[in-house]
Amino acid sequence: MKKLIATALATALLAGPVAAELKFPSLDYRTGPFAAGGIPFADGYSDYLTLLNERDGGIGGELISNPTCETAYNTEKGVECYEALKEDALVFQPLSTGITYQIIPKASVDEVPIHSMGYGRTSAVNGKVFEWVFNYPTNYWNGASVGVKHMLDLNGGDLSGKKVVLLHFNGAYGKEPIPTLEALSEKHGFEFSTLPIDFPGQEQKSQWLKIRRDKPDYVLFWGWGVMNQVAVQEAANVRYPMENFIGIWWSGSENDVLPAGDGADGYKALQFHNVGSDYPVFDDIQKYVVDAGKAAGAGDQVGTVLYNRGVYAAMLAAEAALTAQKIHGTSKITGAMMRDGMEALDISEARMAELGLPNFGPSFNITCENHGGRGPASISQWDATSKSWSLITDFVDPDEEVVNALITADSEAYAAENNISERCN
Amino acid sequence: MIYREAGDFKTSYQSDAQTFPIRLDRMGYFLTLAIAFFVVPFVINDYWANAIFMPFLIYAIAALGLNILTGYCGQVSLGTGGFMAVGAYACYKLMTSFPEVSILIHILLAGLVTAIVGVLFGLPSLRIKGFYLAVATLAAQFFLVWLFNKVPWFYNNSASGMISSPERTVFGFAVTGANASAAVQYLVCLGFVVILALVARNLTRGAFGRRWMAIRDMDIAAEIIGVNPLKAKLTAFAVSSFYIGISGALFFAVYLGAAEAGDAFGITKSFLVLFMVIIGGLGSIFGSFAGAAFLVVLPVVLKVVGADWLGWPDDLVAHLQLIVVGALIMAFLILEPHGLAQLWRVTKEKLRLWPFPH
Repeated sequence: MKKLIATALATALLAGPVAAELKFPSLDYRTGPFAAGGIPFADGYSDYLTLLNERDGGIGGELISNPTCETAYNTEKGVECYEALKEDALVFQPLSTGITYQIIPKASVDEVPIHSMGYGRTSAVNGKVFEWVFNYPTNYWNGASVGVKHMLDLNGGDLSGKKVVLLHFNGAYGKEPIPTLEALSEKHGFEFSTLPIDFPGQEQKSQWLKIRRDKPDYVLFWGWGVMNQVAVQEAANVRYPMENFIGIWWSGSENDVLPAGDGADGYKALQFHNVGSDYPVFDDIQKYVVDAGKAAGAGDQVGTVLYNRGVYAAMLAAEAALTAQKIHGTSKITGAMMRDGMEALDISEARMAELGLPNFGPSFNITCENHGGRGPASISQWDATSKSWSLITDFVDPDEEVVNALITADSEAYAAENNISERCN
Repeated sequence: MIYREAGDFKTSYQSDAQTFPIRLDRMGYFLTLAIAFFVVPFVINDYWANAIFMPFLIYAIAALGLNILTGYCGQVSLGTGGFMAVGAYACYKLMTSFPEVSILIHILLAGLVTAIVGVLFGLPSLRIKGFYLAVATLAAQFFLVWLFNKVPWFYNNSASGMISSPERTVFGFAVTGANASAAVQYLVCLGFVVILALVARNLTRGAFGRRWMAIRDMDIAAEIIGVNPLKAKLTAFAVSSFYIGISGALFFAVYLGAAEAGDAFGITKSFLVLFMVIIGGLGSIFGSFAGAAFLVVLPVVLKVVGADWLGWPDDLVAHLQLIVVGALIMAFLILEPHGLAQLWRVTKEKLRLWPFPH
């Protein structure tokens, strides 16, 4: 048995992917309580890379390989997946704040950049400290700030005396926005409190009982996977006014609101990219990928919010690879070259239109100091009759004064803890 | 014919009482140790260390700890995850508060802290037993995880509530942090495992172990023949928690590098270690190792065979894993309730008589 295992593993390791391809590994989760969020994102990410292979012959003439590994949102499996796929990998997108935290220190040693798009360690925005980590186009603290800005807009710029509750996943991901919201509550004078939900979040009766009793003016929500559906359903059950219930971008997909039916009407969620399937790129995906039978999943997710986000993530990765190829003058790039490409990434409106995603997301550019972009976000609202999300505000810039101060403090603490000297000087 | 006692004369009490009375067993033991110490470190790579060896060694320590409590002393515990969290957070606080002290000492101290916490949560065992005790330890599990989430002091007020281990060295070699090499981390874990297994083996066959087993087999009878149940039960809790604390500290500091209480030390961890002990064999040192190896290696093998060789979709393989592991646990409980250790024992009995069973 031991011998069999040993040979099995040895062959599996030796039979790794062909080195000539550009390797974009995926740490997916298609199982477990967060699969509802993991599946569409994984489908979108893989399908866009397949599209590039099928339509354009890869990036800059190099074919793309997309090995996948199932993490089930479990950090231990995440470590195993990372170790299995890290060789020659260009960029990791773990889609889990916990796994991101775990691989941040390893990234600089293994020379593989991390792109935690809209999640992960917020202070990674500070490129002076986090050389190998990127979290453009935005992050949780910006999200929290834009959410509060939306409340300010609704209340004529005055939130004093209002009660705001943060209902959040009791883990790394859900706890991230707390310092920002505390700072904002001091600045704007609203009363702030938190209500944690333990993993996996199928039971939220006590939290919603509290909300029903305390009647907060706004509920901000940092949930994921099955937690979202339960929260929206519970909010409908206790008749909480849906337009005052605002989720982060990970709590704003079709899967989250459909189970609650009409009760979910008016629920709001932040977004950092546009919604809907009305973009030329999706026609190409349909033609080259889904109809050709090459879709990563069932092919039924095209155009949903999280599928779009997967496509967006893959598009940004491909653009960074293209930039890296230009900088280094070679089509066969390594993880270190990919990092340079990510640091020189410039996404303009014109380029987005060229890629078949006009007006899909705001333009931004990355520099050595700033690994997070400008960080604007928008508010979307669910319409239960037409079963669709729509953006109800423009892309709003966050309160940089508050967010940047926190980012500097947190990243400097990390630098001091780990003896990192600042770069970009 | 080859594997037998015949000709292996015991001329002293010491040799009569040794752990491996058969020469071939002894040789096998020393050979395994030699390979583990002198061969594996030179061939190990990051994947092997992180996917198989380190989880196996660390879970083996946890399984040893739980086996002392449940297998030898008969006190069912569902608090393993919580006690591992105590070890991890104690280690983190010690590492960050006293960076100049060696990480090895911190890991041992983390074990001691867990032992104290374990004794506190073991106090109810003096009044309640069986299922009721299991529920009481379950309370410990939930309380401890809640505590480490709730009180920011435990995670040094970090924004996300995660603890991450800074780099610490032993004799100039990095053991924790990203720069640590797979071989060094493996050797540290292996060192702890070998010493702790030796201690466990000798504790369980000495006076302490006899008291624990007496309590396990019939606590009233044990009390009548002079075993103090308070001392026996609490020492079992203390020793068991010490082991589990060390495994938690290694799990966080050396293996994961970053952790949060709810995700890394949740109730599933308690069940996982309990399954290891049950599948491996209650009341057996070898069983703790066999159970840990089984539950660490099996999912990796299933993944390699299903996803990498046969090219099945990841989600299908992940679901199959759950089904296969579940089915195997049930099959074991029905076909061999005494676990892998008993299978090994039966094999050895048969080997001794082979090829002339009668």
